[in-house]
Amino acid sequence: MDRRDLAWYVDRAAQALVFVGGISAIIFILGIFVFVTKEGLDFVLGPLDLGEFFTSIAWRPTSNNPTYGALALMVGTASVTGFAMLFSVPLSLGAALYIGEFATGKTREALKILVEMLAAIPSVVWGFVGMSIMNPLIIETFDVPVGLGVLNAGLILGLMAAPIMTTIAEDALKAVPDTYREAAEALGATRWEVILKVVIPASKNGLLAAVLLGVGRGFGETMAVLMASGHAINLPTSPFDSVRALTATIAAELGDTVYGSNHYGALFTLGIFLFLVTFIINLTADVVVRGIRKK
Amino acid sequence: MFTATTLNRRSYRTQNVARAVFFLMTVTLVIPVLIIVGTLVVKGGPAISWEFLFTAPRDGMTAGGIFPALVGTVWLVAVALLASVPVGVAAALYLSEYAPDNLLTRSINLAIINLAGVPSIVHALFGVGAFVLFFNIGASILAASLTLAVMTLPVVIVATRESLQAVPQAFREACWNMGATRWQTIRKVVLPNSISGILTGVILEVSRTAGETAPIMFTGAAAFVAFLPASVFDQTMAMSYHLYYIATQQTGVPEEVTFGVALVLISIVLLMNAISIGFRVYLRGLKKW
Repeated sequence: MDRRDLAWYVDRAAQALVFVGGISAIIFILGIFVFVTKEGLDFVLGPLDLGEFFTSIAWRPTSNNPTYGALALMVGTASVTGFAMLFSVPLSLGAALYIGEFATGKTREALKILVEMLAAIPSVVWGFVGMSIMNPLIIETFDVPVGLGVLNAGLILGLMAAPIMTTIAEDALKAVPDTYREAAEALGATRWEVILKVVIPASKNGLLAAVLLGVGRGFGETMAVLMASGHAINLPTSPFDSVRALTATIAAELGDTVYGSNHYGALFTLGIFLFLVTFIINLTADVVVRGIRKK
Repeated sequence: MFTATTLNRRSYRTQNVARAVFFLMTVTLVIPVLIIVGTLVVKGGPAISWEFLFTAPRDGMTAGGIFPALVGTVWLVAVALLASVPVGVAAALYLSEYAPDNLLTRSINLAIINLAGVPSIVHALFGVGAFVLFFNIGASILAASLTLAVMTLPVVIVATRESLQAVPQAFREACWNMGATRWQTIRKVVLPNSISGILTGVILEVSRTAGETAPIMFTGAAAFVAFLPASVFDQTMAMSYHLYYIATQQTGVPEEVTFGVALVLISIVLLMNAISIGFRVYLRGLKKW
């Protein structure tokens, strides 16, 4: 065997190894689906009443006559995420426009680093901030008995989802060719007119994908929502009401369940539901982004 | 001929208003970071001392320090990196150097986005179902770290792929023309030119891994362990879980201590981020092409 043969074999071996690494992401995502489903399957096929699951607000897994209605949890997640997006989407898109289109030099770098820092704060610290800083602040400002609820968790969640939306939206703006801007400017458009009439229309799919990924982020957030939402089963009627989220329910209850019990299976069923919804959100974002590439 | 008309002036005014509004929006978004860090420093700062950092908690965690949690976090991060960096770099090499533009590659990319988008608590359920139960590792550092590794894999892959793609194609072609195989090119040309970028991604991953709570709650983190972990099969305390526990489950913990724990945790995370950012800025200055 001469030296070139050895190099050739090494090359082949490396290619095979690297290929295994390449498909690992697919293996893991399938693995997540399979293992979460496996633990929840007995419950889904057995005691689960789908009608109750989607329409009842009675989540009483530990009562003598247990019921597994997840509606209040879904409404809890939706209300917190919705409230978060209400202020986070405009702010994030505005920030992306400022950083991408207006800011230059040092300002731009500083703002980008601050956004990155916002993304770096761990969710448990956000939850702690919600409990220890925002909670008294909300109680004092609005004169309400409890400051843990939709407002608190929504504000926290909005700040948490903002960096991902800002970053992806800025990428989408960056993907608009400079020649478009130059052509508009040559016709006498101001920078604002360029943004409004050229950049935003050209990048709208990317911006939409940014919003979708932000929604996905908010939907799946666990620790911060658990700590800042009040964790009470409730259909909220005001922003100060406490709610309970799907993710938070799993985090709070899994430690107390017996392996293989109905309660255990029910929590994994919530996991399957969360997995499917985030999968659909991410898939939609991918399709939306692909839409622009094809054009 | 070039004097501004009323119409011009109006459009410039609109532009300036728009610029000011967007600037304010950006500031609204980033100011909370400064407020949060500031508050943690003011309220948690007094708790920090050598004793706080290097002794174990006492009296139902109302006194003493956080040493076992710090050590536990180091274990969790180290084992998670050992597992995820080789896999992540291999995945990035495949995507950047080998992958043709086909359905498989598209699926891999979609899988990476999903892996990053799946809720952390679902990763935790996966960790329980796969590592703790199916592979029968039990709740331990190993199970928790593997769960963290799967969850943070996208961070390594994306950062590595980016720095690999920053190596000019001409470098590779020059090497192929000398008769080198694909692997020789990767090892001698592509990796040496991108290693610092990969390192930046790894540091970023450290920061992400150290802060995660949900994935380790049921796979290996414990509220209180009297001894330091001796092997990867022990359960351990961790900074993030410790903060959650004393903030929500334990009563009678002085406010100062809780803020102190939060301050140490956020300092670790932000320090790692700062190193990663500094490294990136420094590298940009070094770039020869």
